[in-house]
Amino acid sequence: MYKIVKMVAQRLALGLVTLFVVSLIIFLGVELLPGDLAQEILGRSATEETVAAFRRDLGLDLPPHTRYIEWLAGIVQGDFGRSLASQREISELIGVRLQNTLFLAALAAIISVPLALFLGVMAALYRNSVYDRAVNVVSLSAVSFPEFFIAYILILYLAVKFPWFPSLANVDPTTPLMERAYRSFLPALTLTLVVVAQMMRMTRAAIINLLASPYIEMANLKGLSRSRVILYHALPNAWAPIINVIVLSLAYLIVGVVVVEVVFIYPGLGQLIVDSVRTRDIPVVQACSLIFAATYILLNLTADVLTILTNPRLLHPK
Amino acid sequence: MTERTETDSSLSASEAFVPAVRAGIWSVVGRELWKAPFSAKFGLLVVVAYVVVAVFAPVLAPFGESEIVGSEYEPWSEDFLLGTDNLGRDMLTRLIYGARNTIGIAFVTTCLAFLIGGFGGILAAILGGWTDQLLSRLVDVLMAIPQLIFALLLLTIVGTSVPALVGIIAVLDSTRVYRLARAVSMNVVVMDFVEASRLRGEGIVWIATREVLPNILPPLAAEFGLRFCFVFLLISALSFLGLGIQPPTADWGSMVRDNATLITYSDITPLLPAAAIALLTVGVNFVVDWFLHKSSGLRDDH
Repeated sequence: MYKIVKMVAQRLALGLVTLFVVSLIIFLGVELLPGDLAQEILGRSATEETVAAFRRDLGLDLPPHTRYIEWLAGIVQGDFGRSLASQREISELIGVRLQNTLFLAALAAIISVPLALFLGVMAALYRNSVYDRAVNVVSLSAVSFPEFFIAYILILYLAVKFPWFPSLANVDPTTPLMERAYRSFLPALTLTLVVVAQMMRMTRAAIINLLASPYIEMANLKGLSRSRVILYHALPNAWAPIINVIVLSLAYLIVGVVVVEVVFIYPGLGQLIVDSVRTRDIPVVQACSLIFAATYILLNLTADVLTILTNPRLLHPK
Repeated sequence: MTERTETDSSLSASEAFVPAVRAGIWSVVGRELWKAPFSAKFGLLVVVAYVVVAVFAPVLAPFGESEIVGSEYEPWSEDFLLGTDNLGRDMLTRLIYGARNTIGIAFVTTCLAFLIGGFGGILAAILGGWTDQLLSRLVDVLMAIPQLIFALLLLTIVGTSVPALVGIIAVLDSTRVYRLARAVSMNVVVMDFVEASRLRGEGIVWIATREVLPNILPPLAAEFGLRFCFVFLLISALSFLGLGIQPPTADWGSMVRDNATLITYSDITPLLPAAAIALLTVGVNFVVDWFLHKSSGLRDDH
C-alpha cells in the first residue's frame, strides 16, 4: 500500500512541476518575440513615446522574472490581467465561457463514453465478424475526418434539411438546463463522433490483448460462454487501459472543442482563444492556453493515477 | 483460438516472403499489392489520384488560381462545374489548386518534423546519457501542452504566415516522431553490428544513417503516414479557423470557412473541400493500417 501512495505522490509532484514549467513556457514564449510586444502591437509607425507609455502601462519595463511572478500570483488569485483588445478584465471574459465549454465537454462525454464502451466490447465479442470489420472501417474513417466536416454534415442534415436542432448554439447563463442541452446537442454530437471511434478501438484492442492470455484460454476450455468470458474474466483486467483511454479522450475533447465551438458559434473558451489569436490579444491567449493546458495536464494526471490504482499487479505486489 | 491461426498465417506469409526477395523487389511489391485487401487498394488509388491532381494542377484547372470569373455564389453550371465561391472564383479550380497547396504544405511540414524528430531520436539513442535526458525532458514538456493550443499560442506570438505555420507545426509534431524514433533506435543501438562500427571508429552521423536508420525504416514509414494525416488535419483546422494558410492562396480548410453560409441553403458545395480532406486522410490511414498489419504486429497498438 505504501508503495502505491508513494507512486501516486510522485506522479502528483511531477504533474505540479509540469504545470509550473508549462506556465513558464506560456509566459516566456512572448519574450521570444523579435523586438518586443509593445512595438509589435503598435506597429512600426508608433512613436518612441507611445511605445514607452504602452510598455509602462503593461509593466513591460520591469525585468521578466518580476513580471512572471506577478502574473502567476495574479492567476492563483483569479486575476488574469486585462485584455489588450477590449481593456476588460480577462477573468470576466473567461468566467461564463469556461462554464459553457465544460458543459459542452461534459455533455459530449456523457453520450460518448457509454456508447464507445458498448461498441468496443461488442466488437471484441464478435471479433472478425462483419460487424467488427464494419465498425473498424467506420471508426478508422471517423478518426480521419476533420471536425468541421462532421459538424457541417450534421448541420446540413439535422438542422437544415430536417430542422430538428438549431444550427447555432447560442446559450447564455439564463438558459434553463434542458434548453441548454437541446441547443448544444449538435456540437456535443460532433464531439461524440470524433472521440467515440478512438475510444472504441482502444477498448476493443485492450480486451483482445487480454483474450490471448492463458487464464482466458483456461476459461474457454472450461466451456464458458463467450460473453461470460469477456464480461467476467477479461473486462475487470481491462479496466486500467480503458480508463486511460476514456480520460485521454476527455483530454482530447477539451482541445477538439475549439473548432467545434467556432462552427456552431458556441460562446465558449475555444471561440475566445481563436478570436484573440486573430486580434493578437496576447494576454487573453496566454490565459486561455494556460487553462486548456492545465485541464489537459490534470486529465493526463488523473489517467496516470487511475492506472496505478487499478493495476492488480501493483495492488498485490510480490 | 483465433489468435493461434493468425500467428500461423503470418508465419507462412513471412516464409513465402523470403524467396520472393530474390525474385526482385518489384515483383514482390506487385504481388503484395495484388494480395492487399480492398481498403488498402482503395487507399493507394486515392493517394495516387491526389498526387496526380496536385502535380498537374495548372493543367487540370479550368481557370487561374485566384482569378475572379463570375459573380458570387453561382450555382453548379456548365461553365462552372461546381459553381463559384464567395468572391466569384471557380470552385473546381480552387479545389484543384487547394490539393497542391494544402497537401504540399502538410507534406513539407511532415518531412521537416521527421528530419528534426527522427534525427533527434536516433541521436538520443546513440549518445544516451545527458543528451538523451535533455532531449527527452524537453519533449515531455512540449507534449504536456495540447498541440492545437500550443500552435495557437505560438501563432499569436509570431503572426500568421506559411513559413511560421510550417516551422511551428513541424517542431511541435517532431516531438511525437522523436519518441518513436528513440524507442525503436534503442533496440538497434545495442546490437553487435552497431558496436562493431563504433569500435571501427565511425562517426555519429555514419552510425545514425548507415547502421541505425535502415533498421528502423518500416515503423518510421508507417508513422510518416499517420503523422502526415495528423499534420494535414491540424493545418486544415487552423486554416478553417482563419489562422493557417492565408488568402488568396487556395486551401481546403479556408474554402470551407469562406463558403460555409451556403450550407444553410442546403447546398453541399462547401462540404466538398472538407470531403477532399477527409478522403485523403481515410486513404492514407487505410494504406498505413495495411502496412502495419504486413510489417509487424502493431496493428491494434494505436
